[in-house]
Amino acid sequence: MLRIEGLQAAYGHSQVLFGLDLHIGEGQLVTLLGRNGMGKTTTIRTVMGLLPPRAGRVAFAGADITGMAPERVARRGIGLVPEGRMVFPTLTVRENLIATAANRLRRPDAWTLDRIYSLFPQLASRTQQRAGTLSGGEQQMLAIGRALMTNPRLVILDEATEGLAPLIRDEIWHCIAALKAAGQAILIVDKNLAALKRLADRHFIVEKGRTVWQGSSAELDAAPNLAHRYLGV
Amino acid sequence: MADNRRHAAVLGLTFLLLLLLPQLATALSKPDLLTLGSQIAIYAIAAASLDLLIGYAGMSSFGHAGFFGLGGYVVGILAFHAADNSLFLGIVPGLTDAWLVWPIAIAVTALAALAIGALSLRTSGVSFIMMTLAFAEMLYFLFVSLKTYGGDDGLGFRRRNALPWIAPRDDVAFYYVCLAVLAIFLIAMRHLVQSRFGMVLQGLRQNERRMAAIGVAPYRVRLAAFTIASAGAGLAGALNANLLRYVSPDSLHWTMSGDLMVMVVLGGAGSLYGAVLGAAAFVGLQSVLAQWTEHWMIAMGPILVCTVLVARRGIWGLLAGRR
Repeated sequence: MLRIEGLQAAYGHSQVLFGLDLHIGEGQLVTLLGRNGMGKTTTIRTVMGLLPPRAGRVAFAGADITGMAPERVARRGIGLVPEGRMVFPTLTVRENLIATAANRLRRPDAWTLDRIYSLFPQLASRTQQRAGTLSGGEQQMLAIGRALMTNPRLVILDEATEGLAPLIRDEIWHCIAALKAAGQAILIVDKNLAALKRLADRHFIVEKGRTVWQGSSAELDAAPNLAHRYLGV
Repeated sequence: MADNRRHAAVLGLTFLLLLLLPQLATALSKPDLLTLGSQIAIYAIAAASLDLLIGYAGMSSFGHAGFFGLGGYVVGILAFHAADNSLFLGIVPGLTDAWLVWPIAIAVTALAALAIGALSLRTSGVSFIMMTLAFAEMLYFLFVSLKTYGGDDGLGFRRRNALPWIAPRDDVAFYYVCLAVLAIFLIAMRHLVQSRFGMVLQGLRQNERRMAAIGVAPYRVRLAAFTIASAGAGLAGALNANLLRYVSPDSLHWTMSGDLMVMVVLGGAGSLYGAVLGAAAFVGLQSVLAQWTEHWMIAMGPILVCTVLVARRGIWGLLAGRR
């Protein structure tokens, strides 16, 4: 459903992506792995239209979305959960969820507030609280909930568990597993290799702005020097 | 909860005071109070509509008077042609019925705002302020140059727009009409800022790219807000023309935009009801200070500075606490 071919992008004069390839099928959970500064977040920003591509192609659900404006990309069904839990701090939990809610693809099993609250019970008790006063874990849950309320075809999670307490992390992983089980296509950038190997259908390793390896979890396990070489673990 | 009760108390007391103002004016034998009250209600509508832009959307429009004055001129020009028995642009007959004239004033300002906003909103920040100012100045000079409609001297007319069951010369009745329009307008605006549209508007102020990344087209939402707010100013302008039975280019001048901004800041930006208090404080201070000196702005300036320093959320924040 998402296919990235030879994507190149730059911030001003410093080029970050030099030919990145990645593809995600319906209902798949795919990871983008690599050390810091290799271009993972840049890839996501370029796909979302937040950064103009220099070359290459991004196709989503059968249409070319290369260089499209961010709101148009989002409207086509990509729900971004950005790095650093970007909730709207002065809106309440409920307002954050319903302000941008939409079901543009007319899904019969659309997300509702109740379904979000049952996925994240912690949010249910804080509906009228300002998002800025939530804990980091709760803000992350809210950011995921907000993306789900747009009923996306593909959810992109950028460092969703970074800087969270282990218990909260587990809860987020649990929820990601539940989403995958429900058939939600997901692209994940994260550092927790153990959890990713358990869940992912396919991994893509990025090194200096290029895709240098792709394969399944079993293949990743079969080549232990890969993780050492490209991920530093 | 305590905050909510305080809100209700401040709001209730303010409206009670406004409701009893005509009686108060009679009791104190100060008939001028009534005109001041109408002026406050009218400015409150314009200031509340500007607050939608400044306080909620984070768009500091410096051309709000342009729409305020435009709404007034719709009333004035239609009244002129009605008295003259002539046609505007050779097509539109003059009109004096409020139920026709006021919606036309709102529609004309909304259309003008749609065009002006469509261009101005391609910019943001200081450029947006300058664009809105420039368009308002263009409207100002347009009406200055229209000699048929009085030019510099403005345009007076004999009768207020006709309302059913209300005598056109009855100042008390007209005051209550203004108050009722203000109440309805505030209720509508409260619903608007609490709607999904209002949430998106506030989210856009906090982070436009974040909003775009969840599928919101910032430009369209902002243009809608700009049009709605400007139409509110047009309604206030139509009422103002009726109150004074006179319109002049002064009502479109940039100093008027500044006055409306001062009311929003005095009352407390982002509080909506603060606009009523801001308008009351502004009109009240102006009338008191103007008796004292012609250069009343000399005293108004420090008061504004102190309000901003002491109460960052304005008078509303001071009285009602956090919003």
